[in-house]
Amino acid sequence: MTEIAPEQTGPAMATRLDGASPEDRLTRKSAAIVPQGTTAGTALLAVVAIMTFLAGITVGLVLSVSQAAERWAGGLSSEITVQITPVDGTDPDEAAAKTVRILANMDGVLSAEALPHNELSALLEPWLGSSVDFTSLPVPRLVIAEINRDAPPNTAELASILASEVPGAGIDDHRVWQSRLEIMAESVVVAGMIILLLVTAATVLSITFATTGTLAANRDIVRVLSLVGARENYIARQFVQHFLTLGLKGSAIGGGSAILVLALAAWSSGQLMATPAGAQMEALFGGFNLPFSAYIAVTLTVMGVAALTAGTAWVAVLSVLRKGRE
Amino acid sequence: MIRFENVGLRYGMGPEVLSDVTFEVNPGSFQFLTGPSGAGKTSLMRLLFLALRPTRGLIEVFGKDAESLPRTHYPAIRRRIGIVFQDFRLLDHLTTYENVALPLRVLGRAEPDYRSDVSDLLRWVGLQERMHAYPPVLSGGEKQRAAIARAVIAQPDLLLADEPTGNVDPAMARRLIRLFAELNKLGTTVIIATHDIALMDQYDHARRLVLNDGRLHIYD
Repeated sequence: MTEIAPEQTGPAMATRLDGASPEDRLTRKSAAIVPQGTTAGTALLAVVAIMTFLAGITVGLVLSVSQAAERWAGGLSSEITVQITPVDGTDPDEAAAKTVRILANMDGVLSAEALPHNELSALLEPWLGSSVDFTSLPVPRLVIAEINRDAPPNTAELASILASEVPGAGIDDHRVWQSRLEIMAESVVVAGMIILLLVTAATVLSITFATTGTLAANRDIVRVLSLVGARENYIARQFVQHFLTLGLKGSAIGGGSAILVLALAAWSSGQLMATPAGAQMEALFGGFNLPFSAYIAVTLTVMGVAALTAGTAWVAVLSVLRKGRE
Repeated sequence: MIRFENVGLRYGMGPEVLSDVTFEVNPGSFQFLTGPSGAGKTSLMRLLFLALRPTRGLIEVFGKDAESLPRTHYPAIRRRIGIVFQDFRLLDHLTTYENVALPLRVLGRAEPDYRSDVSDLLRWVGLQERMHAYPPVLSGGEKQRAAIARAVIAQPDLLLADEPTGNVDPAMARRLIRLFAELNKLGTTVIIATHDIALMDQYDHARRLVLNDGRLHIYD
């Protein structure tokens, strides 16, 4: 609507405007009714950015851990292991071959194979050294079977067949590990949700304090608007627009930083994988892979925090307006 | 248009600042509200624009009982009233033009629609060259004229002005009173609170409401 007055913009602007009538200068968009860039506004921007950053990191990590746990559990539940303890008078390798045949004929078993000596040897290397004598030592044999996860074999029936056909055979369907992993993953998700709730509560409280502070600082604006006949919703809208802009800016900064940090962590994890330490970490915990859904979730968090900022401001402004008379 | 009947007002547990105030204001009338400092002029004005509730008595504004009027109806009443405050109440972060245009903006009118009206009015009150200035750099008289322009821009049914000529020179005071008189001729009811006897004498046909010790005396 109006251009900035020459006395407030220095000689350059004054020269450019020189000669134009005041009406000619009515080209600038109307100034916002709630002034921008106040100290309280800057502080709230920082609070919203920090809260969104924490929420974004939490969401990203929860999704990453949840996906990794799912992957581990999926890997475990798609196979069973049969361990054959050498029994006097039997050939363990022959028992392993027989187990493979039994497994291959079972419904729900996709494939089965006995672990070769060299792989068994590698497994035992930390305890028995590099050359394991399979003929003189009672080394258990392992048979790994890949199973159909949708229609798994009846493990009770399999156990009964193996008990009668292969002395010393025992089944491990990894249920103990699987349930432990599920508990761990669920705990991580629950902890993440609790952190998210706390971050949300802290954000709501911060915004409420900031809104009431801003309203107190702009009480004159509220009074004047009210006295020139502005409806409560109109006044609230002015403040909500102010807080929505502020919330969008803050959450975009916080969410952007969170995405950057998560992406950097995923990239570093990939780089570390090439090192022996990284390989050990991956063997223990799996790689740090950030699923695409995590980026979407952080983006949704950004929008959620901005909406939360606007919504909280709306409630706080209306509550303050309804307490006053002017 | 306005009816006060046995209105009393006290702040907290203090003494009554207005006692048994009874009067009516007819549509299209012009009146001065006068009296010594502390007589209750500003309190009476605040009752008129619903910023205060009376301790007792009846107030009707535009035929509606102020006591039973829900808050949600205040904006509709206030849009029919133009108010000039003693302390101007301009918004410091808006230019003079934007301050004057505020009631129209609140009404939802688009800026191009009211641009020429606001410019014309600013020219009339002598602020054409100051329309882009912000209130902190305006003189007292300029602020007062901007406040008057804001009060009359939406052509209200009722104009309330609290000491509207207190900070301007006599020539500008006459000009502003002429503006009020023009508005009155167009149908706006005018109530001006003032100490200025000379100003009232210029419009001796106007009704005078004199407040003294919280009691109202009317001189038609």
